[in-house]
Amino acid sequence: MYKFGSEEWVKALQEAINASEAYAEAAKTWEGDFYFIVEPGGPIEKEMVMYMDLWHGKCREAAVYEDRAAKTPAFVISAPLSVWRRVIEKNLDPIQGMMTRQMKIQGDMVKIMKAVKAAKELVECTTKVPTEFPE
Amino acid sequence: MWYFNSPLIVFGEEALCELSRIEGKRAFIVTDANIARLGYVEMVGQQLRTAGLEYQVFAEVEPDPSLQTVRRGAELMRQYGPDWIIGLGGGSCMDAAKAMWVLYEHPEVAPEGINPVEPLKLRQKARLITIPTTSGTGAEVTWAIVLTDTQEQRKLSLGSRENMADIAIVDPVFVAALPPQITADTGMDALTHAVEGYTTAWHNDFCDGLCLMATKLIFHYLPRAVADGKDKEAREKMHNAACIAGLGFGNALAAMAHAMGHSLGAVFHMPHGRAVGLVLPYTIEFTGELMAERYADIARFVGFSVASPQEGARLLANEIRNLAKSIKQPLSLQEAGIAAQAFEAALPKLVENAESDATLVASARIPDSAELQRLYRYTFAGKPIDF
Repeated sequence: MYKFGSEEWVKALQEAINASEAYAEAAKTWEGDFYFIVEPGGPIEKEMVMYMDLWHGKCREAAVYEDRAAKTPAFVISAPLSVWRRVIEKNLDPIQGMMTRQMKIQGDMVKIMKAVKAAKELVECTTKVPTEFPE
Repeated sequence: MWYFNSPLIVFGEEALCELSRIEGKRAFIVTDANIARLGYVEMVGQQLRTAGLEYQVFAEVEPDPSLQTVRRGAELMRQYGPDWIIGLGGGSCMDAAKAMWVLYEHPEVAPEGINPVEPLKLRQKARLITIPTTSGTGAEVTWAIVLTDTQEQRKLSLGSRENMADIAIVDPVFVAALPPQITADTGMDALTHAVEGYTTAWHNDFCDGLCLMATKLIFHYLPRAVADGKDKEAREKMHNAACIAGLGFGNALAAMAHAMGHSLGAVFHMPHGRAVGLVLPYTIEFTGELMAERYADIARFVGFSVASPQEGARLLANEIRNLAKSIKQPLSLQEAGIAAQAFEAALPKLVENAESDATLVASARIPDSAELQRLYRYTFAGKPIDF
């Protein structure tokens, strides 16, 4: 089991992404890096910042940072822990999450809306990582 | 968590009279040259004059409206300064009106950037009325906008919930003289909305009843409306069915038939309804196993005998083909007049477009590139899906 949001969890996700043929196919033209932010609230005292550089169906870099200053990614998606958990457990479609503004996104929405299948496959990869959520 | 959006819907004979009761100063009518020629703009104008409104007409919307047309219309809108915008026509006119409205209120927004995630804060300058003149798109009650990027040869599925019209006027007077071919094409569009709205991955309790009812009405009244355009009952029922289907799929999302159909429309300039209607049975077969119970529900509700949920998808696909055949719609791309050579040359583009179409996200089963290629090949040949 990996603790959600830990360096180990992010690395395990990177491995899952790079092992996924479905993701490689769906995101073959995708170019863009992300911050996935877990907003403070409940067991999360301080904002959690996960970074992933997604490029042509692969994850080139994955890391956890102390704050947002380390990188200037093309996209930032932020949500409370409860929402991330619902996405990862496939109880919430990430596109639906964004459309209902449960997940906030900064970045080129035109590009995101063209990559909906890649987003679905990315979520599929997260389900491959045994995850322990903070309670 | 999800939403159900709807305008105030005014329907039935004389619904147009509602326009004479609106309050405002200036209206901007977005339509096309054909609608103007048919006298429909004048009918709308008469009601606006009764209400004491001035109006200006933009009658330059083409089928599959382009980004350029939207920008041009929005510029004229800005010069005129309306407090009501009226989308009068088929889906192209109503979608163009929605997009122009966004650009009128927010000149900084690019039409291709209209999305359902970022708030638009519309209604600072104007509100929207939609008046359909075909019974198909349901665009009068959806917030979706389909525009065409002519340079990239692809359709863009855009929209924000704020794009929803304030008032939709669904008056059968506007479809009384619709030619049989357009009646058939647009009717298949409505059927696709109803079926996809019930079977999309985002289906929900609020839309299910609407989609079932619309499907039943369409199976019953579309052949009559095509066979005899003067059949007033069939016309009115089809006009209502298209609107009901619009509400159903608009709040549950369209799916794969739309992704594939949009691509066909952009590449081969096939009318939207014909394209999505042609593809629909194939996509039902492709997603059949995952939505077996739901396809069986539809078939039963329409009145077909379904022995088991497993046979629901196949049966419904076949009945849709029978319906299409009865109204002289093509059942394959070959029958639609697309030559084999042109099809093969366009296949990579067809797949690429469909893959990046936003409606694909809600499909119960999302095909990969290879599957999409096979789906198009089967659709070309008229072969039921067996994978």
